[in-house]
Amino acid sequence: MRRYILKRLLLIVPMLIGISLLLFVIMHLAPGDPASIKYGLNPEVSGSARANFSTMYGLDKPVLTQYLLWMKRFLSLDFGRSFIDNQPVSAKILSRLPATLLLQGVSLLVIFCIAIPLGIISAVKRGSVFDRVTTILVFIGYAMPTFWLALLLILFFGVKLQLFPVSGMSPWYAAYMGGFARLKDLGWHLVLPVAATAFGSLAALSRYSRSSMIEVLNENYILTAKAKGLSRGRVILVHALRNALLPIVTIVGLTLPVLISGSFIFETIFAWPGMGRLGYEAIMSYDYPVVMGVGVIATLLTLTGILLSDILYAAVDPRIRLGSKK
Amino acid sequence: MVLGIGYRFIARYSILGTNSEHNTIMNKRILFGLIIITIMALVAILAPFVATYDPLEMDLSPEARLQAPSAQHLFGTDNLGRDVFSRMVYGTRISLSVGFIAVFISLIVGVFLGGVSGYYGGKVDSGIMRLVEVMYCFPTFFLIMMVITFLGPNIVNVMVVIGFTSWAGLCRLVRAEFLSLRERDFVHSAKVQGVSDMRVIFRHILPNAMAPVYVSATLSVGGAILVESALSFLGLGVQIPTASWGNILTAGKNYIDFAWWLTLFPGMAILITVLSFNMIGEGLREVLDPKLKERKG
Repeated sequence: MRRYILKRLLLIVPMLIGISLLLFVIMHLAPGDPASIKYGLNPEVSGSARANFSTMYGLDKPVLTQYLLWMKRFLSLDFGRSFIDNQPVSAKILSRLPATLLLQGVSLLVIFCIAIPLGIISAVKRGSVFDRVTTILVFIGYAMPTFWLALLLILFFGVKLQLFPVSGMSPWYAAYMGGFARLKDLGWHLVLPVAATAFGSLAALSRYSRSSMIEVLNENYILTAKAKGLSRGRVILVHALRNALLPIVTIVGLTLPVLISGSFIFETIFAWPGMGRLGYEAIMSYDYPVVMGVGVIATLLTLTGILLSDILYAAVDPRIRLGSKK
Repeated sequence: MVLGIGYRFIARYSILGTNSEHNTIMNKRILFGLIIITIMALVAILAPFVATYDPLEMDLSPEARLQAPSAQHLFGTDNLGRDVFSRMVYGTRISLSVGFIAVFISLIVGVFLGGVSGYYGGKVDSGIMRLVEVMYCFPTFFLIMMVITFLGPNIVNVMVVIGFTSWAGLCRLVRAEFLSLRERDFVHSAKVQGVSDMRVIFRHILPNAMAPVYVSATLSVGGAILVESALSFLGLGVQIPTASWGNILTAGKNYIDFAWWLTLFPGMAILITVLSFNMIGEGLREVLDPKLKERKG
């Protein structure tokens, strides 16, 4: 088991190198250097000031040298400084990370709590009205432009009913509220962003748990359990459910990139002060160090999630664990 | 194009068709999807005749701006007094062309890399599979946003970038098919006859591996349309004043307090179009499934 985890951890290294190289190449393919993008339209900034800017951020060196320098600093978790406000990138990301993790964590929880029961019930009652209705909903879920869903939520719950706050994480007066009231307010702010974020993955996960359950229900040991005269509830909840849930664990890995991709849109729509919005703003203002930082951290988050779900899978399924020892 | 593929399937598989409901090609889902997509395609081609106003014509007088839907303006007007219905009609062109061309690009990349990977195996295979893993683990939308911003937001870049970031799934699919097909007798006999590798890959194996590719490609068209609309919504796709469903929604967000029609209609159009492509894809999967099972068994 330890060897398996170690092997998986080592795989992260080439992945990170690949992705950071990819990001770097794309940024340097872009026409125009950051100095002229930032100051190009400003006649008051002289050529020497621009050159200073380039030297300060090491932009006058060859691309490969720049990448190696970036890599060297990255190893000590230093992403350089932002072009815009000269703040350290790592500090900027760290201040935004909790908001993103909160939003994604709650969304993931909601996805699992809704999608798995939905899929399991559909599988057990295959062909029933419930199954057919969820099938139609899943179909719509797959086709739904989730950013539009976010707008509809704002339109309906925010503007028409004025039920939930539509932007931000906490109001300016949050600091003056008591602990419990603050928590409640935070929860209130979470409702719409979580609903929008979770919806996109609901369809896929419920479909997946449905087919996983159907597969298990066709196994011989279920037949045996039924033949032994066990109650239907026991067969489904104890014998089938446990085995059906196993492969669902790996789906976490596939859900994460979708969630993180979504965070760039949803955090922008709901003005959520997280990493996704930071990334969007950095891209829009050509803030290369921040873009690199957000890209790498987003990848790292995804890889960690996938790794965790792999380890979890290996822990619960001996076939994977033993297979890897060969 | 969809019609073409659809009818080719009708021709090919209805011969196989027994009386079982799944084998008949005129699956209800395919039919429904094809009808909607055909209508959309006609609207796109005939846009100048369908549109009731010039999609770019502004009317900045206060009474013309942000009008609610009425007989003159079916879907109302936007913040610059432009007719939303006409803008949506022209937006159909953008969505459909981005969907088809982006998927076409990802098909070429995915099928080529997947075929080569599955056929040769070994180092080539593991190299390509690492690349696929990178594409899987990376939040692709961030990459797309980045490339579009840095290379310039326009429709060609949008198509190319979506195409080049969405081939990973197809690649895996084709590779899996090739892994099982390359050991078959007809492949061996072709190799023995001295047929070149590329010819074996593309002329002998590929046609047998296409069934799941068609399904996946049809589903990807919907996905590409979703990504394009999200990009346009964020201001990174098709640039104003050109109309696209996504950038009408941007105005919808800015005027969400007063003008629900700016938000409702373009979103419905995206939903219905993507739904139709997904229905065709799912329908094809159902129709092709018996054949897939037969081959594996």
